Amino acid sequence: MAYRSATSALPPRLPRTGVLSFLAYLMAAAIILWSLGNSELSLAKLARGVPEIGRLVGEMFPPALDRMPSIGTTLLQTFQMAVAGTFLGVVLSLPLAVLSARNTSPHWSVQVATRGIVTACRTVPDLIWAIIFVITVGLGPFAGVLALMVDTTGFCARFFAEAMEETDEGPPEALRSLGATPTATVVSAVFPATLPSMIATSLFAFEKATRSSVVLGLVGAGGIGVELMAAMDMYDYRNVSTIILCVFVMVLAVEHLSSALRQRIL
Amino acid sequence: MATEPATLAFRGAAPEAVTAQRSAELAVNGLSKRYKGEPEPVLSDISFRVEPGERVALLGANGSGKSTLLRCCLRLVEPTAGQVQLFGSDVLGLPRGGLRSLRARTGFVFQRHNLVGRLSVLSNVVHGGLGRARHPGAWFQATAGRQCRDEAMHCLEEVGLAEHAARRADRLSGGQSQRVAIARTLMQRPQMVFADEPAASLDPAAGEEVMELFSQLICCRGMTLVFSSHDLDHARRHADRVIALRAGEVVFDRPVAAVDFSGLDALYQREAG
Repeated sequence: MAYRSATSALPPRLPRTGVLSFLAYLMAAAIILWSLGNSELSLAKLARGVPEIGRLVGEMFPPALDRMPSIGTTLLQTFQMAVAGTFLGVVLSLPLAVLSARNTSPHWSVQVATRGIVTACRTVPDLIWAIIFVITVGLGPFAGVLALMVDTTGFCARFFAEAMEETDEGPPEALRSLGATPTATVVSAVFPATLPSMIATSLFAFEKATRSSVVLGLVGAGGIGVELMAAMDMYDYRNVSTIILCVFVMVLAVEHLSSALRQRIL
Repeated sequence: MATEPATLAFRGAAPEAVTAQRSAELAVNGLSKRYKGEPEPVLSDISFRVEPGERVALLGANGSGKSTLLRCCLRLVEPTAGQVQLFGSDVLGLPRGGLRSLRARTGFVFQRHNLVGRLSVLSNVVHGGLGRARHPGAWFQATAGRQCRDEAMHCLEEVGLAEHAARRADRLSGGQSQRVAIARTLMQRPQMVFADEPAASLDPAAGEEVMELFSQLICCRGMTLVFSSHDLDHARRHADRVIALRAGEVVFDRPVAAVDFSGLDALYQREAG
C-alpha cells in the first residue's frame, strides 16, 4: 500500500516546556553543581590513597580463623535480630498503613497523624534509633531489634499504604455495598489484592534489616558489629576481613533467598 | 445425615426474606447529584417509586446517570440533594451502622463484577454473608463456619459453578465471573437487587446467558430488581417497567408494555457539541 500523508497536524515529539518547568530544571542543575563543588572532590587525594587501600587489604589477608566460633555466634545473633526486627516492624506496619492510606483511613485527621508517625520512623536513621534504644533499654540485641523494628515500620508502612491506595476500588466497593464493616472490607478485599506487593516489600525490608543489623553493633546494639568494632579497635585486620567475608556471605544468602521468594510469589 | 435438617433450615432462610419482602420498596424523590468540579449535575431532580417484587429497567446512553443513580440509592455515592427511602428507611439520614444493615438487605451486581481476584470463588461467595455476620468468620471461606460454607456452595450450585469453588476468581471467564458475583448476591439473601449493566462487559452469548440466569433467580426468590442496561431486548424481556434517562433527567417512566422500543433511538443520540 502506498504511503499516504496524514491531513491532521502531528503533535510535538516532546511536550513543550513552560517557563516554570525550565526554571526548575535550571535550579536542579545548579544544586547538583553547587553540591559537587562543595564536596572537596580531589583526584589527587584519591590517587594518593590507593596505595593505602593496598596496604590495608594486604594486612587483612589471609583471614584469621581463630575466632570463628565467636564470630559464628554473633553472626547468628545478627540474623536473629534482623528476623525479629523485620517481623515486629511488618506487624506494626499493617495497622499504620491502613490508617494512613487515603482509601482505608477512617478520617483525614487519623491519616495525617499516622503519616506523621510513619515519616518520623523513616526519616530518623536506624543508627540514631539504635543509640536512642541503647540509652533507654541498655546495650545488647534488644536495642538492635527495637531499632530495626522502628526502621522497618517506617519503610513498610509507607509502601504498604501506597500499595493499598493503588488497589482496584471495585472489590472494596462491592463489599461496602453488601454491608461489610470497614475492617472486613480491608481484610477481605484490600489485603488480598495488596498481598504480593506487601510480601515483596517485607522481603526488601528483611534484606535492609540484615545489612543494618551489622552496623548497629557499632553503637552497642548487639550482633556482629560489636565483634567488628572490637577487631578494628585492636587493629586486628585479619579478623576484620573474616567478619566482613562472613557478613558478605550472610547478606548475599539473604538477598538470594529473598529474590527467589519474590519471584515465586509475584 | 444428622446435620441435614440444620443445613436445610439454614438454606431455608429464604422464607424469612419472602415474608420481609412485602415491605420492600424504593422511593426516590428529587434526587440530584453534582460531582465536585463538574459544571453540570449528573442527576437532576429524579423521582420514582419501585413496588415490592417489581422489576425496573433503567435505560439511557453512557453518561446519562444510570450508574450514579443506582449508587446513590445505597449511598455508595453521596447525593447532593433529594430523598431516598428504602424499605421505609431514610437512606440519607441513616448513621453508618444503620446504613450497613440496610445495605445487607440489598444486593448490588456490578458491571465489572468486582470479585476479589486473588481469593477463591467460594471465598468471594462467602463474602455475601459479611453484612449479616459481623464476626471474622465470613472474611474468608477458610475461616467461615460449616453452615456459611454450605450455603455459599448452594449459591454456587444455583449459578452452575459448584465445580469451580476452589479456583481463583481471577482465573474465570467474564461470564463465570459475573455468575460468581450473582452467587455472592444470593448469599446475601437480599430483598432487593440493584444491577449496574450486569451483562455489559460480556460477549453477547455470555451476556444473554447471565441475564437469563439472573432474571430467573430474581423471579424464583420474589426479589425486587432495579437494573440498568443498554440492551433494549433485556429491558423488554426482563423488566415490568422502564425508566428512561437522558442527561440526568427522567425522560419517561412507564410499564414495559407501553414502551415503543423502536422509537428509543433518540435516547442514545449524542447531544450537540
